[in-house]
Amino acid sequence: MSKPDMTPRRRFLAENPSVMWFLGLLGLFTLGVTVLAEGFGLALLSTSMVKILGMTLCLCLIAVAMDVVWGYCGILSLGHFAFFGLGGYAIGMWLMYARTEGIVVDSLAGAPIPPTQEEINDAIATQIFGVVGSNELPALWAFADSLFMQLLFVVLVPGLLALIFGWLAFRSRVTGVYLSILTQAMTLALSLYLFQNDTGLRGNNGLSGLQNIPGLLHLPQSTLALWFFWASAAALGLGYLFFAWLISGKFGSVIRGIRDNESRVRFLGYHVESYKLVVFTLTAVVSGLAGALYYPQAGIINPAEIAPIASIYLAVWVAIGGRGRLYGAVIGAAVVSLASSWFTGGGAPDVNLGFYTINWTDWWLVLLGLGFVAVTLFFPRGIGGLFDMLVRKP
Amino acid sequence: MTTLLEVSGVSVTFDGFRAINNLSIQIAEPELRAVIGPNGAGKTTFMDIVTGKTSPDEGRVIWGEKNISLLGMSESAIARAGIGRKFQKPTVFEEQTVRENLAMALKNKRGPFDVLLYRRSTEGAARIAELAEEIGLADDLPRRAGNLSHGQKQWLEIGMLLAQDPRLLLVDEPAAGMTPAEREHTTDILKRAAQTRAVVVIEHDMEFVRRLGCKVTVLHEGSVLAEGSLDHVTQNREVIDVYLGR
Ligand SMILES: Nc1ncnc2c1ncn2[C@@H]1O[C@H](COP(=O)(O)OP(=O)(O)OP(=O)(O)O)[C@@H](O)[C@H]1O
Ligand SMILES: [Mg+2]
Repeated sequence: MSKPDMTPRRRFLAENPSVMWFLGLLGLFTLGVTVLAEGFGLALLSTSMVKILGMTLCLCLIAVAMDVVWGYCGILSLGHFAFFGLGGYAIGMWLMYARTEGIVVDSLAGAPIPPTQEEINDAIATQIFGVVGSNELPALWAFADSLFMQLLFVVLVPGLLALIFGWLAFRSRVTGVYLSILTQAMTLALSLYLFQNDTGLRGNNGLSGLQNIPGLLHLPQSTLALWFFWASAAALGLGYLFFAWLISGKFGSVIRGIRDNESRVRFLGYHVESYKLVVFTLTAVVSGLAGALYYPQAGIINPAEIAPIASIYLAVWVAIGGRGRLYGAVIGAAVVSLASSWFTGGGAPDVNLGFYTINWTDWWLVLLGLGFVAVTLFFPRGIGGLFDMLVRKP
Repeated sequence: MTTLLEVSGVSVTFDGFRAINNLSIQIAEPELRAVIGPNGAGKTTFMDIVTGKTSPDEGRVIWGEKNISLLGMSESAIARAGIGRKFQKPTVFEEQTVRENLAMALKNKRGPFDVLLYRRSTEGAARIAELAEEIGLADDLPRRAGNLSHGQKQWLEIGMLLAQDPRLLLVDEPAAGMTPAEREHTTDILKRAAQTRAVVVIEHDMEFVRRLGCKVTVLHEGSVLAEGSLDHVTQNREVIDVYLGR
């Protein structure tokens, strides 16, 4: 070959400097947290802080997925947190089962007669499901002893739900606000279903003790926190790279076309519904993965996590951060979720006005609402849009 | 010359109003055809029916040598079968560059996974450059389509139509908002395209239609009033009464 032809990958990164910037900053941030973390050396960052930062990275990842489905493809899904939660439940089942199994086996080891497998299984079931008045392992937990299977479910369950839901909705050309309402109904239905005690996922108790990783119980939480932080950073980096690649080429062109004028794309011969389905399902799978990394750091998952409001917050983060640019979604998720835990976690001092005391735990939502309105009115391109002013295109 | 498109006995009613009334039109391949008629005659609706945007209450729309019925096919499937369309109001993707607009229209596989793994090729780039040259936008490829003038948007849409490489081009008022020089250029593009394909042009401008120099179909109240050469139809008493004589 005589012509110096750039390989596709180099061309992709060269044409998208913001991706390089993002990955570089993420790497620096990871390095910084590692050096400062309790589990590594300087111990300037507490383990709970490292966990919060790791969880924030997972939220950034689902926000990036949300930006692709909404900001790029124009589908305002208000149900993506359901996929996040399902990913969490799928991994949580293995975490809880395997750990309980360890405890049961240990406690029965001292018995004069070695316990049968059946006795062990019964004991595990009673341990896990005693809170909902059951002592039988539901069929749903058939593969809970297999990490491999549950990891598969992290991908398959959100993926299949998104595929079926999306196929039904897009095929009947449900769009706009009707689609948003439908996705809210989906996440509400799922959350209400999980709240019931007899659905096999411990009702409103949810799954707990997820911070204890079977097989790694000898390691201190400070080390585990760092491992999960690294995994979350890697997932965000890879997810960002993947979606940036997805939207950079002709596929991105088509989905932005769908966002701006769906029917025109049809007249060009593209089957719009298939594109929506691919985007909806892919982003759901990534959301599930993000959830599977988030909940072991949170330690607990319950049906309230999947409440409709969670998915609405997700849209608010992306709107504040600036949709239609992936770094905007990351900024929005990081800023708003960290601010939220600072305000609601008692970090912000109460403001005494004399006649009234502003308690931020209650007033944070008001502040968030005002912030959302302000951004919508004055910076429709969000925080990320401020960067665009720096790098203006002709 | 073989028949490519056969519309027969088609009627459409919108809320009790008959926009298309027992319409029959045949288009051969290759052929250049002009469709004229007063406002509201049903010209655009005729294109809506052929492209699957509107489904008729009755009648048949038959396509190609295999005599496939287009009724019941989705818009995207009809487009893939080889029917391209330019809209009356220019509709390009304003947020995207001229190059992206043309690349999206370029004749390639349309499935999501084909597109995902699509690699920009040298032939593709050459074809885009060639089209841009033809529509006079060679220097505007990196520009945002939203920043083009009205006439340039019209041309971009014609370029997208040509990029699809369809067998039948349906062109709705291509010269609206163009200067006389631009109109002339547009006529040339359409005439050249019609050497190998079927091209149907809706136009109000009689001078433009005369320059096309092709068979003319006059629509009125949703059906064909007259058909033939421009001189033939302009001498038709009814045509003068409903359209020309106003
Ligand atoms: N979707 C629709 N719903 C209701 N009425 C419609 C619809 N589409 C077209 N019509 C009516 O059908 C008639 C034919 O419209 P059409 O757009 O086909 O006319 P036209 O010949 O293209 O006119 P013009 O030269 O103004 O573009 C008009 O009276 C129009 O109002
Ligand atoms: Mg019209």
